[in-house]
Amino acid sequence: MTVSLAPVPRLVDQFELGLDSPICLTWELTYACNLSCVHCLSSSGRRDPRELTTAQCEAVIDQLSAMQVFYVNIGGGEPTVRPDFWHLLEYAVVRNVGVKFSTNGVMINSARAARLTATDYVDVQVSLDGATAEVNDAVRGKGSFATATRALANLAEAGFEDAKISVVVTRHNVSQLDEFKAIADKYGATLRLTRLRPSGRGADVWSELHPTADDQRTLYNWLLARGDDVLTGDSFFHLAALGDPLPGLNLCGAGRVVCLIDPVGDVYACPFAIHDEFLAGTVLGDGGFRKVWQESSLFTSLRTPTSGGACASCSFFDSCRGGCMAAKFFTGIPLDGPDPECVRGFGEAALAASDAERPKASQDHSRPSARPVSLGLPGFPRKPPDRPCNENPLKES
Amino acid sequence: MTTFDALAAWQRSPSVELRREPFGALAYDFVTRRLSFLKAPSLVRLVELLGSSSSAAAALDRAGIPDDERERHLVSLAALARTGVITRRVTQEAS
Repeated sequence: MTVSLAPVPRLVDQFELGLDSPICLTWELTYACNLSCVHCLSSSGRRDPRELTTAQCEAVIDQLSAMQVFYVNIGGGEPTVRPDFWHLLEYAVVRNVGVKFSTNGVMINSARAARLTATDYVDVQVSLDGATAEVNDAVRGKGSFATATRALANLAEAGFEDAKISVVVTRHNVSQLDEFKAIADKYGATLRLTRLRPSGRGADVWSELHPTADDQRTLYNWLLARGDDVLTGDSFFHLAALGDPLPGLNLCGAGRVVCLIDPVGDVYACPFAIHDEFLAGTVLGDGGFRKVWQESSLFTSLRTPTSGGACASCSFFDSCRGGCMAAKFFTGIPLDGPDPECVRGFGEAALAASDAERPKASQDHSRPSARPVSLGLPGFPRKPPDRPCNENPLKES
Repeated sequence: MTTFDALAAWQRSPSVELRREPFGALAYDFVTRRLSFLKAPSLVRLVELLGSSSSAAAALDRAGIPDDERERHLVSLAALARTGVITRRVTQEAS
């Protein structure tokens, strides 16, 4: 039999059409969290009573194993606060589903670090959003820098190799990239930098925290100069238009190569898009996760080639492909419009045009104290009346 | 140009698993956690035949790779060898 070898399309074009199984699957195990980070993607805090049971989680893992999903990124919330977390971790790795889990470090004591060191196929990613306690704790909460660095020290001491330190790059920490790298080196860990998304509670703080245009250039230059052994999860592909493309897939993988399972078993197109608009189905339905991944109408439509919309005529469209879908959605920019952080500045104009149209969150597990409360009575919006006669008679001051 | 030894016996590395996809396959190394892509179904078949073939050249024959495609497949095998997706196999005769 002769096998003819047709010209192979570029991988990125193949990925646009989707894969039989995801490459990179994120699974938020719980909405419960001991912290209340101001930029939490999943608006976590309180556990949801509908969260998957241990048996339901095991069934999901069985299916991931059958689908040859080689590893899952487990997060939350804080996944390690689930009492069955360590059981589920073992359950996955013995079925050849490797686990990388994200944690703020709260449960990583020295005994646990030693057990993790003895387990194959496990990767630990500790979140840190400032290279100093001052910068980190302003975003992640008081004491969280100490918790994270204690966890990293415990892992290093136990001989755990190559833990990850995951940093969401913000306006406040972009000047600390060298210091983050030094912290990673100190603990024998690998630095991972990711993009701040206006998702979850991140929508509330995005305007103040997202890197400025100058910050983006600083980050881009740093990644080119020092980024060889730094991971980015391909999250900065919108920076490619600054010059040479950064390594990795310059492609939005939502519903094509990535997706998210949330704590109640709902499947979303990507970890940054927990919203009804991007809900593809539930793992609890007939056919489970596999059917959602392979047949849901949302994912099918995401795998249909799209026009570049407003960006089609941009000479950099091929490298940034219009940027991040979730970042556009949650800032009220049409999905075929520019990324809000478009390095050519088109995002700022689109933001100005879309200001009033930001979508409302469709779920929120924040603890009551987690959202900043604006001064005044919460029941009375403070925006100015559209006509003088609509002036609220009970207005403050 | 390749420095790949097509007359040697090769195999998919023991720590690597393949997952078939429309374009070919994903190769995942559970030890290095490195993901690679086999970008043609014919290459996937070739890699799967390596372990039971006396040499890479013999696997090319068994996979039915036409003459004018052999060089291209050898280049791909060389790349897979560099990234550890395939490794040299000690043949039974030699051990």
